[in-house]
Amino acid sequence: MKRRSIYKLSSNRGYDNVPGKNVFAYSLNNYLDSMKPTTIRSVITASSVGTMIEWYDFYIFGMLAKTISTQFFPEGNATAALLSTLAIFAAGFIVRPFGALVFGRLGDLIGRKYTFLLTLVLMGGSTFLIGLVPSYKAIGIAAPLLVLILRLLQGLALGGEYGGAATYVAEHAPVHKRGYYTSWIQTTATLGLFAALGMIMLVKLNMSEAAFNAEWGGWRYPFWISILLVGISVYIRLKMAESPLFSKLKAEGKTSINPLKESFRHKANFKMVLLALFGAVMGQGVIWYTGQFYAQSFLENTCKIEFEQSRTIILWGIVFATPFFVFFGWLSDKIGRKWIMMAGMLLGILTYRPIFNYFLQETNTREWRSQEPVLLTVNENPNPPLKTDSIKEAKAVATLYHKNSHWQLNNGIRFTERRTDTTRQGNDGFTSFDVPDQNPTHIDKHLPSSLYWKFVGLVFLLILYVTMVYGPIAAFLVEMFPTKIRYTSMSLPYHIGNGVFGGLVPFIGLLLTTSFPADPLVGLWYPIGVATLCLVIGTIYLRNKIDKDVTD
Amino acid sequence: MNVVKRYLGILWLVLAPAVIYFLVDRAIVHIDPAGIKDINNPVIWVIIITIFTPIAVGLMIFGWYAFRGEYDHLPESSKELDEF
Repeated sequence: MKRRSIYKLSSNRGYDNVPGKNVFAYSLNNYLDSMKPTTIRSVITASSVGTMIEWYDFYIFGMLAKTISTQFFPEGNATAALLSTLAIFAAGFIVRPFGALVFGRLGDLIGRKYTFLLTLVLMGGSTFLIGLVPSYKAIGIAAPLLVLILRLLQGLALGGEYGGAATYVAEHAPVHKRGYYTSWIQTTATLGLFAALGMIMLVKLNMSEAAFNAEWGGWRYPFWISILLVGISVYIRLKMAESPLFSKLKAEGKTSINPLKESFRHKANFKMVLLALFGAVMGQGVIWYTGQFYAQSFLENTCKIEFEQSRTIILWGIVFATPFFVFFGWLSDKIGRKWIMMAGMLLGILTYRPIFNYFLQETNTREWRSQEPVLLTVNENPNPPLKTDSIKEAKAVATLYHKNSHWQLNNGIRFTERRTDTTRQGNDGFTSFDVPDQNPTHIDKHLPSSLYWKFVGLVFLLILYVTMVYGPIAAFLVEMFPTKIRYTSMSLPYHIGNGVFGGLVPFIGLLLTTSFPADPLVGLWYPIGVATLCLVIGTIYLRNKIDKDVTD
Repeated sequence: MNVVKRYLGILWLVLAPAVIYFLVDRAIVHIDPAGIKDINNPVIWVIIITIFTPIAVGLMIFGWYAFRGEYDHLPESSKELDEF
């Protein structure tokens, strides 16, 4: 290990916690080794809480996509509205790499602390304002435009946050604990998901569906709460000092003049950026999204498990798996980062289809229907009828009416059978009826306890893979790049890997499913393919050596 | 291992344009202004191809570097990254 990092100390340059401030020459590595546990704990807490809140802010939009689409996009075509929201969702992810460039550059120029403070304020402000935008009904096209702009700002802020937080913690961590300490930052994305899921569930379960989905209804509360969370986090972060490594560079006048140029136009560094992207982060991104988001979407939309169960299955999976972020971060300090990440990808590649197929088979209502279920209730002629969409057609208005019958099996499985009938009222006032629906859909499936916990166990496995690829990756990226351009260099591949490759898992999954409807698992080929490519590149080109000196 | 790294570089070089070709080909097949499915929507295809093109170019550069033996030795310290 190099011990050449001797520099002068100054009490106003972020070395306030150095024992013996009057000592002028001090080894930076010794300083990191001797840092008090309370100091490093507060560094980790300040960084992690803020990052978790940013993830929370980012997720609630995606989770409330259906409600948002009806509020902010022209009514009439539900699919178009949903796609518009998905497009905004994707735009949020696509803009993340730009945020990585903008804030990464700032972080390498002015410092980590103030940059990731700025991203936090930007994210919190945008989230809060989304909750205040009036609906399309009230202000017309300005509503979706405002939402789009705020969503883009959210993406930009997220692009700058992670690199700052990971770098900040890593630059406070001693050599033998870098993976362990930075793994706390890695828990934040999952905990942010947990907080977002929990908050939405809490609000939704305490009011009616109509009150939640109303123009100024409960769906806005999670957005408003964000401002309070961000306020607390900003207060905590303001008290923190700058990273000691960055302060040292600044004191010596060795910060980068043009971080973007040094990161991406210097071949030696650029080829490491490419290696980080294609050999690690690309695969990590798809494993991460498949384990948490695709699984949730699959349980809810493909398996049609009822809202509460589909959400709590994910919540329990997160609760049980989250400690493993820290475990694998810690383990990576002992055995290296590479093979843990590669093993996570391999397990995903090998088991995704069997696991998701199990979800599908165990919620197969054809099988349930053949087991002579007991009819509980039928609302065949409800008054008023269960009217949903009214669709304007060329010469008529088509209205969908649903008839629900509720069934139960001996083993405790419950489900709702929905038949949809369509009436068309023409301009001449004449009403016609379509042929009654012969292919009912089965929704709101309620799993018995044993099956429910099996699902929790499998989701836990999926998130365990996430912890394997994601737990060690902050330390891995930090060690790849020099201090003066670390924020920029590690942020871009991270956000391309996660934002683009990972963020498009549901989108490309949807496209593949539409293209090949015969195979309900076809959407998995995208993450499996990307993870396989990344596994091959990572296995062959990456090395497992831990870079002990990140002070250079 | 270095020989494998170099030969695989050719694969990455070929794979990158192949991915873009595949995407463009699928787009031409599926885009249909009269269609109602997501896969018929040209906007979605434009977004995806626009995103993946620079990434594919990155994969090509990665393949080229690998083929040239640039990854035979990975830098041991930041000093080596300053050499360009």
